[in-house]
Amino acid sequence: MLELDTVTAGYERRAPVFRGASLTVAPGESVGLLGPSGCGKSTLARVAALLHRPDAGRLVLDGTEIRAWRHRAPRELRTAVGVVFQQPRTAADPRLTLAEIIAEPLRATGRRTEADARVAELAPAVGLTADLLTRRPHEVSDGQLQRACLARALTLRPRWLICDEMTAMLDASTTAALVAAVEAYRTETGAGLLAVGHDRVLLNRWCDRTVEWKDCLPAEDTP
Amino acid sequence: MNAADPTVLRALAAVTAGGPPATGRGRADDAVLSVRDLTVRFRLRGGRSVAAVSDADFDLGAGECLALVGESGCGKSVLASALLGLLPGNAEASGTALLADPSGAGPTDLLTADEKTLARTVRGRRVGLVPQSPAAHLTPVRTVRSQLEETVRALTGTPRRARRKAAEDAAERAAFPGGHLDRYPHELSGGLAQRAATALALIGDARLLLADEPTTGLDRELVDRTVDELRRHVDEGRGLLLITHDLAAAARVADRVAVMYAGRIVEIAPAPRFFGPTGPRHPYARGLLDALPDRAFTPVPGMPPELSALPDGCAFAPRCPLATDLCATRPEPRAGVACHHPEHPRA
Ligand code: SF4
Repeated sequence: MLELDTVTAGYERRAPVFRGASLTVAPGESVGLLGPSGCGKSTLARVAALLHRPDAGRLVLDGTEIRAWRHRAPRELRTAVGVVFQQPRTAADPRLTLAEIIAEPLRATGRRTEADARVAELAPAVGLTADLLTRRPHEVSDGQLQRACLARALTLRPRWLICDEMTAMLDASTTAALVAAVEAYRTETGAGLLAVGHDRVLLNRWCDRTVEWKDCLPAEDTP
Repeated sequence: MNAADPTVLRALAAVTAGGPPATGRGRADDAVLSVRDLTVRFRLRGGRSVAAVSDADFDLGAGECLALVGESGCGKSVLASALLGLLPGNAEASGTALLADPSGAGPTDLLTADEKTLARTVRGRRVGLVPQSPAAHLTPVRTVRSQLEETVRALTGTPRRARRKAAEDAAERAAFPGGHLDRYPHELSGGLAQRAATALALIGDARLLLADEPTTGLDRELVDRTVDELRRHVDEGRGLLLITHDLAAAARVADRVAVMYAGRIVEIAPAPRFFGPTGPRHPYARGLLDALPDRAFTPVPGMPPELSALPDGCAFAPRCPLATDLCATRPEPRAGVACHHPEHPRA
């Protein structure tokens, strides 16, 4: 279970972006969080991805309450969650090739030797050809770079996947292809999904259930 | 511009003959913009070149919205840059893009006009640009109000005391909240920055509006408001070229749809037929619609080809379910579709 229990979060001394938000995602479940831009749902996605420390409330992952926060949660917990953001250009290091971007999490965790095999597995799953893997971000389209960012989120075989507006910049065909890649991964691994976005039609089609963000809180969080 | 050039004569004939036939909601009385054989190549080191746009042909009428749709990297933004004279130095453009002149002077060929003409009389005045990245379009050190007033002054010559009101009216037209007028661009959300940029684009009384991905990153409600606002200006008699990957936005406002694939316009169709039960005729256009989440939600298999290594035949052939040997030769556009085996409309 991925559980946010009355979480409040914000930045430094400013007023919290949201207060008392509660949301749960069961193992293998896909939940869509729908809300307008600027409502704080991206901050909630960062909290759920264990990248942003909440100011109050509890965050529980597979039964373990996450307490030992510095800026982020401890690495061994973070690797259980993969995350994809809206803007691949800001999420990917422009100096790396797509293959290196996909292998980054393995290098960061000292498992460099597994990199080639894992990249070879993931590239076809997200629709990247061998030729594209040798290029750097400025040599590929947004859609191709986002495919690499999705692959990178799957590199460590996370049990949870957070997609924050993953397809907001992409055309219909690339959107359908990336969603299909996420769903193939979830079918294979049983991973849970939190998809955050503003496109109601897309999230209704993609997810088991959707939660509406109302008055700066996810409302109607009932299965 | 060489008036004896047959391409130019053809384009001129299209302008004087009254442009494209009326389709959909907006009636195209006369072409605001007439594009013929527009081709853009980027030269790369090592003698290679990128075929970003090839042989684009279309007319855009007054009171008409033409949506140019396609995947990122298909050439649609390059086409927009070519029309504004904003191509980088290693690009070569050929063909013609005639912008009608309401004052009765002859049309201006946007591809051969010099930078002075483009900067002084075209961009912002005769062509309103609704940009893709408002952040780059707004001056960071000035408030939205001061930028609107300055643009009102530069483009319309409104006397000082009326400028404040004119700027506020422009903001309101673009649904930019009056209470945020005294903010700087960095104090605005993406949606509000986009509306500020739209307000700027609408100040000059340009007859041609060019919107390059004006709704990227906006939520659906804001997308609807932005495109409805653009539509209102179309209904007042402007022509709008809407470049977008958002098919729902195109369906909401366009009179006609042009689909671009690998640098070529592969189909131009009236929007009601394109989005209606009959659907498009080109297999790629059909695949694009099938990818929508309220339709089959299945992607077009594979990825588009590199624009630096296009095949001789139909560029869609490797992904096309209908490809035959015939497709090894490039299909010429016929009746609005460039395909050897187009789907026949059932209607
Ligand atoms: S020309 Fe052939 S390959 Fe190209 S779209 Fe038509 S049927 Fe498909």
